[in-house]
Amino acid sequence: MSVEARQRRAAWLFLAPSLALIAVFFVLPVAAGLLLSLTDFDIYAVADPSTMRFTGLQRFADLLRDAEFWNALRNTLYFVVVGGPLSVATSLGAAILLNDRLVRARGVFRTVYFAPVLTTLVSVAIVWRYLYHPGYGLLNSALAALGVQGPDWLGDPRWSMPAIILLAVWKNFGYNMLIFVAGLQAIPRSLYEAASIDGAGAWARFRHVTLPGLAPTFFFVGVTTMIGYFQVFAEPYVMTQGGPVGSTRTLVLHMYEEGFRWWRMGEASALAVVLLLITLVGALIQIRMAGGRR
Amino acid sequence: MNGRGGRTVLLHAGLILGAVLTLAPLLWMTAVSFMAPGEANTARLNLWPQDPTLDNYRQLFGRLDMARSFLNSAVVTVLATVLSVLVNSLAGYALAKLPFPGRDTLFKRLTAAMVVPAQVGMLPLFLLLRELGLVNTYAGVLVPYLASIFGMVLIRQYALGIPDDLLDAARVDGAGELRIFRTVALPIMTPILATMAAFTFLAAWNDFMWPLIVLSDDALQTLPVALAKLAGEHVQDTELMMAGSVVTILPPLIVFLLFQKTYVEGITAGGVKE
Repeated sequence: MSVEARQRRAAWLFLAPSLALIAVFFVLPVAAGLLLSLTDFDIYAVADPSTMRFTGLQRFADLLRDAEFWNALRNTLYFVVVGGPLSVATSLGAAILLNDRLVRARGVFRTVYFAPVLTTLVSVAIVWRYLYHPGYGLLNSALAALGVQGPDWLGDPRWSMPAIILLAVWKNFGYNMLIFVAGLQAIPRSLYEAASIDGAGAWARFRHVTLPGLAPTFFFVGVTTMIGYFQVFAEPYVMTQGGPVGSTRTLVLHMYEEGFRWWRMGEASALAVVLLLITLVGALIQIRMAGGRR
Repeated sequence: MNGRGGRTVLLHAGLILGAVLTLAPLLWMTAVSFMAPGEANTARLNLWPQDPTLDNYRQLFGRLDMARSFLNSAVVTVLATVLSVLVNSLAGYALAKLPFPGRDTLFKRLTAAMVVPAQVGMLPLFLLLRELGLVNTYAGVLVPYLASIFGMVLIRQYALGIPDDLLDAARVDGAGELRIFRTVALPIMTPILATMAAFTFLAAWNDFMWPLIVLSDDALQTLPVALAKLAGEHVQDTELMMAGSVVTILPPLIVFLLFQKTYVEGITAGGVKE
């Protein structure tokens, strides 16, 4: 056997375990989910593949008439559109502070800011549920010390989503912060010096050197954050169970309840497909925007 | 010089304020976990245990059998880490260093598939595992963790840097490809494998939705699932719940402190590259 043939055979042998796992436990289920969403397959106990009928886009037409779906979609968009940029902005702010040449003990600050990323979401969601307690919670006690009467965070439908966003920003900003720090370090110092010589102030340097220099990082961070945020689940599951009055019921939480609680397989599959479509559209828009800037 | 001094002070004031805000929930959690029942839920804010006690921890591991969940989490996480490093290092190396027709197409398809949220296939995957009899088994919770496209890509990028001369020299000496992988490639790839191990450990330990779905049996539940269940039943027991949170959060924190450098490099390697 020639060297090339041996390498080719070895390549497929090396790839076989991972490709087989991906095919059986990822590609197959995703394809099945897409197909299920086009059928009347339903109810765990009764569902029988032999009686399953193809119903085309009926599932999706039903979804569009379902107020619960629109509510979940609205809540998820709220979380993504407000929480996403807030997270990214916090990450960028922390990265800029950390990256300053004058900073001492940089490693300590970096580790501290990163710590929430490592924590188990379920645990910190439980912790924050107590922090948000309107009476003896740490947050409202701190606000009271400042003379502000804090809201009933998790009990008031107007404040429940902001409360979940705040937890998510706290939990996640350290991750993108590290990526921004690396991006900032990749910008040549000479560009800043040249801008200073041209008389650019701090803001002008940020606007014309830092931001353009970070464009590829922004693109990466934006896409990954958005994809992740569309899948928000454990925060509302643990903190509010989707309440009060459905104000924190998200798409994935809705999907989980429909699919795994009520065993409405077809409807849950359709919700999963909607999640996939939204993710794809979001990723395409961001790729388009990144392409336009270059 | 004065302006610069002022800037330094301001900068550090901002950083310290950020650090206090970031640590506050975790410090509060730790302090409350040592309080007596009811101590945290008083009108007057208690930030420090009057009379520090380990009772909450004793209750968790005694009456509430959290040791069982801890063990489940440990088994699942360690198996996921070892197996996924093995599976993905083989694949990542092959994608980087073993030429075969269609390799670039395969690589592009794999990276494109990373956009697909795992939830899309969760229901059919559950039905499939039920058919295979893997619901409520360690194997059932493990399968989606093993092959990771992210991990394959991460390892591939690193393996691209292995000099071909080294591999060819081993081939001239008559070594087989598996042997070359073991004796030449693996030692060079050790740093990225450590990164991959740290990533997988954290992801598997902290995961919630999948174990929630697959492991409904109390005896098999992982820590996050058991903790979420406990939180539903013991809403008033703030101190107990904080002890449970500390126990759940501690292992990933320790792993991170051990692997900090390699983990941070892994995150930034993915982010800055074009």
